[in-house]
Amino acid sequence: MKKALSLMLALVMVLCLGIGAYAADDKGSVYWLNFKPELDETLQQLAKTYTEKTGVQVKVVTAASGTYKQTLTSEMDKGKDAPTLFVIGNQAGVKEWGEYALDLTGTAIADELNTDAYNLYDEEGKLVSIGYCYECYGIIVNPDLIEKAGHSMDEIKNFEGLKAVAEDIHARAAELGFDAFSSSDMDGSSSWRFTGHMANLEYFYEERDAGGWTECPAELSGAYMENFKNLYDLCINNSLTAPTDLATGGHDAEAEFKDGKAAFFVNGSWEYAAVSEAVPNATMIPYYCGVEGEEKAGLNCGTENCWAVNSEVSEANQKATIDFMVWLVTDPDASAAMVEQLGIMPYKSAVESSNGFLNDAAKYTADGCYVMDWATNYQPNVDDYRAALVSALNQYNADQSEANWEQVKTAFVDGWAVQYKAANAD
Amino acid sequence: MNSSAKPRNARGLLGLFKNPMRRWAWLFVGPMVISFGIGFVWPFFQGIYLSFCKFRTISKATFIGFGNYAKALSDPTFIHAFWYSALFAVVSLVLINVLAFAVAYVLTQGIKGSNLFRTVFFMPNLIGGIVLGYIWSMIFDGILSRFGSSILLESKYGFWGLIILMCWQQVGYMMIIYIAGLQAVPEDMLEAARIDGANRRQILFRVTIPNVMPSITICTFLSLTNGFKLFDQNLALTGGQPFVIQEGGTVIKTTEMLALNIYNTFYGSGSASPGVAQAKAVLFFILVAGLGLAQLGFTRRKEVQQ
Repeated sequence: MKKALSLMLALVMVLCLGIGAYAADDKGSVYWLNFKPELDETLQQLAKTYTEKTGVQVKVVTAASGTYKQTLTSEMDKGKDAPTLFVIGNQAGVKEWGEYALDLTGTAIADELNTDAYNLYDEEGKLVSIGYCYECYGIIVNPDLIEKAGHSMDEIKNFEGLKAVAEDIHARAAELGFDAFSSSDMDGSSSWRFTGHMANLEYFYEERDAGGWTECPAELSGAYMENFKNLYDLCINNSLTAPTDLATGGHDAEAEFKDGKAAFFVNGSWEYAAVSEAVPNATMIPYYCGVEGEEKAGLNCGTENCWAVNSEVSEANQKATIDFMVWLVTDPDASAAMVEQLGIMPYKSAVESSNGFLNDAAKYTADGCYVMDWATNYQPNVDDYRAALVSALNQYNADQSEANWEQVKTAFVDGWAVQYKAANAD
Repeated sequence: MNSSAKPRNARGLLGLFKNPMRRWAWLFVGPMVISFGIGFVWPFFQGIYLSFCKFRTISKATFIGFGNYAKALSDPTFIHAFWYSALFAVVSLVLINVLAFAVAYVLTQGIKGSNLFRTVFFMPNLIGGIVLGYIWSMIFDGILSRFGSSILLESKYGFWGLIILMCWQQVGYMMIIYIAGLQAVPEDMLEAARIDGANRRQILFRVTIPNVMPSITICTFLSLTNGFKLFDQNLALTGGQPFVIQEGGTVIKTTEMLALNIYNTFYGSGSASPGVAQAKAVLFFILVAGLGLAQLGFTRRKEVQQ
């Protein structure tokens, strides 16, 4: 008995060693450390199909939501077994991981792009990462509820119009059975809609005044803080939830909107699939905030989904990875599966989008409106910066005093400069 | 001790080779030594080395000397986190041990349902820290929101909230240790005290407590180091909020403890931050180990021989 047991143990050990030593051939292999949990299922399927077709091994690992940075840090340390394909989504990421990224200029995948708008470059002009999808955000509206309240979408063409409609709905919420805005919780699962997205209106207009940013500015002027306050105040004071109850969250803003309890929902195009089921007419409007000429504003379009190829892995693996990327954006079935999940891909041969909100964005552009690009992506030291902003907004939500707004401004404007310095210190 | 042990020991190292059982000792000790080496010794020394380096991934580290330590010690958030953790550790140490001892004392008086109570008091230990943190944040906010406040808005709520949470979780665990200690107090000693006319209070302070000193040593050690090392509950309950946003935009996270500060530094800012976080972690280890050993030495001296 004992002999049999020890024999078994020895066998298991030998097998383990054998599997560990099993080496891939020179076809190279692909290891994608994926950033979007909602994309995982599709990717696993596509990886399997690709391996069947070409014999190239494709491994897709998805980091748990909110832990990409942590997972990437440990995975990148695996030398030859490190991810060959990973995500560098913003300028802070370029600073941190740029030196691990292959220059993608002139590669087969770069040639497939139909726009340069979503690519990230480092200071030397190296093409560090390229967008594989883009998204848009703004205010999602339920037009049926607007009409039920006796208004029309045509009234909402600027901040005055939005304010009039929202305040009227909020005032008559009890009678109407629904309210203007869904809850704007400040917990980790929701605060990014404000500290990451809505904050973009301030950055964007500053950026526009400066003639566009090409790298993270060392400081902000805060010239459009009043406009951010306009929209933010409207949002928290005309909502299903009292502003004092937002700090630890626990409200489901998406469900509130889907159940017809709120007419407005601050979010982005990735919500389309979930929202359009319940509210087929849902549409997205820009962040109207009282800036001159905002009747010509469009949606906030950009991405944090940019592919980078690891420069530290073998050339065979790099080539295999780029081939796989090209397949994803050119193969009709593969790109269709990707677009269904991602909404839209900025590549020549990828299939077209079926996402209503992204089509809204395209319509604004076609009508000659300006795209509000994601200046948010420049937020220096993004986690710390946003955390401070959340804390300041919590104080302000509990007591909307001048002094507390000053704190928000300090976190927003001066905090930028502080984090810029921290991120650029050596 | 078994009487044959002595001559066998006397044979010393030689016995290792003569005794066939001992020849195989490495087989049993080996895996443990290897995994301890891989899982603890190696990372520990590598961690110390990395605290002198600038790095993003540990395989690409460049040695830079004491720079990280200078930065760590001049970081006001680290100093704040240190004093905050120290205050927390002291308050939680006292409260947890007093409460745990009281509960243990009551539950060794032979009241009905003692076993049920012990189980129930012990159970909070089985829940993970992150889960506890979120659950308690909801409980506290359920109450505080009636007063238009939140645990994330006032540092003092954050502090006492964490104390309540930790007491709730740790009292049951320490209680078990104290119960074991109390049950080991010799009955004849207690009886002698009673016959000599000592009252309950005198028995408690003159007989029982000196006899459970070993339990007190281990419990104070555990709660002191737990207090300093606390991470999950801190992260989930307040995450360092509320922040004091100072003139100029720098931030003090008022309820951030040492471990969370190190974590935030590591995944935070700039190319130097992992190294600085590593240096903080080494300082943190020296602090916790030093305090723990000092406290062990101090309470050991109070233990009595039975």
